[in-house]
Amino acid sequence: MIAIIDYGVGNLYSLSHSLSFLGIDNKVTRDREEILGADKIILPGVGAFGDARDKLRETGMDALVLQKARAGAPLLGICLGMQLLFEKSYEYGEHEGLGLLPGEICPLKPDIPENLKVPHIGWNGLCIQGDSPLLKDIQEGDSVYYVHSFYAKGAGDAVKAASEYGVMVPGLVQRGNVFGAQFHPEKSGPVGLKMLKAFGEETLC
Amino acid sequence: MIAKRIIPCLDVRNGRVVKGTNFEGIQDVADPVEMAKYYNDTGADELVFYDITASFEGRGLFTDILKRTAAQVFIPLTVGGGINDVSDFERVLSCGADKVSVNSGAIKDPSLIERAAKRYGDQCVVLSMDVKRVDGQFRIFAKGGRIDTGIDALQWAHDGQERGAGELVVNSIDTDGVKQGFDLEMLAAMAKQVTIPIIASGGAGKKEDFKTLFESVPQVDAGLAASIFHRKEVSLPELKRYLAQQGIPMRILREEER
Repeated sequence: MIAIIDYGVGNLYSLSHSLSFLGIDNKVTRDREEILGADKIILPGVGAFGDARDKLRETGMDALVLQKARAGAPLLGICLGMQLLFEKSYEYGEHEGLGLLPGEICPLKPDIPENLKVPHIGWNGLCIQGDSPLLKDIQEGDSVYYVHSFYAKGAGDAVKAASEYGVMVPGLVQRGNVFGAQFHPEKSGPVGLKMLKAFGEETLC
Repeated sequence: MIAKRIIPCLDVRNGRVVKGTNFEGIQDVADPVEMAKYYNDTGADELVFYDITASFEGRGLFTDILKRTAAQVFIPLTVGGGINDVSDFERVLSCGADKVSVNSGAIKDPSLIERAAKRYGDQCVVLSMDVKRVDGQFRIFAKGGRIDTGIDALQWAHDGQERGAGELVVNSIDTDGVKQGFDLEMLAAMAKQVTIPIIASGGAGKKEDFKTLFESVPQVDAGLAASIFHRKEVSLPELKRYLAQQGIPMRILREEER
């Protein structure tokens, strides 16, 4: 079973339904026992980093996620959930992340040209930059759906696929059992579903 | 590179798509769920549902449609119509909408934009506006384009962004239904007012109209249309292939994904 962590941030309807559509057992939950018993974890999230970080802490979900990740359970952070996996964020101040991935979350402005809009909203192609089980059915140039104003910097070889938006924006990151998608796989049509299906497979890692 | 988006729009009344005629390839052309699946499978980048129901029963049907669509269509869904308060945001978001479009509700109380943006994030709030020329000025019209509010549309767009709208849908009443192309003059004026994404609506009659739109107003991010897609005057794969050939960045589905 995949536990989708419910800590009061964002709309989990599509995420849960996309997994169910793929026949993958999943549950939206904030129940400690359920999360500890889950095979895999998805950390979703939209909104501001600081708020989400506070809510994770208040609900005690941060410790649980860390515990599961350190025990080797596959963990997938999506959008803001992916950003939370990094060491630090500079969104409205400076906030510490979960530190499961190397790097920092920085504003797209001023790194991108003036004519490009922030947030980066819409479909952008993936440039494959490394191997990841989530990319096994993905081809160079496949498009995924992004909505974000901040991006990961300094992730090094954890970046497995990126999209060009004035800078190379890390789209898919991975280190061992810890995965992150800056885009929304649950909103990225057939391409996104392939990645979620790969994450749901037993032989993942 | 980020792609320009092509967005079919479904007007739903009492559980049925309005104008859903002359459609091949799906069994029930007026069933919103069937239609949404069809557009999803043929490469729509996003879908917009407008609830144009007045009755309480119709509203229930609409949320049921939304739920069924969101359980099988995995691209962004924007929902509008009858959004007058934050509780209406909650109602459609809990049924699977990703973004909520406000129009009359924001005219009645502009603070709705702020309150919703604060609660759900800017990316969730789409300000939709019906614009018409009056005495050389672009004006905001209400009630489905029937009433001149006297509000200056360019100022309204600017203020909407300041209040926290994450995207704009700009519908030109002057070009809507005429099928002679998008309202390029008005859209160019809008593009000077805001930095958030602009979705152009009203006037698409043929595939060349989209090319002209994206080339002459490069700040426009997406083109929205209803009847040309519903009536299959232009098919999505054909339109997107054509635009890609013209050098406009498009998301093209691979053969086996259709």
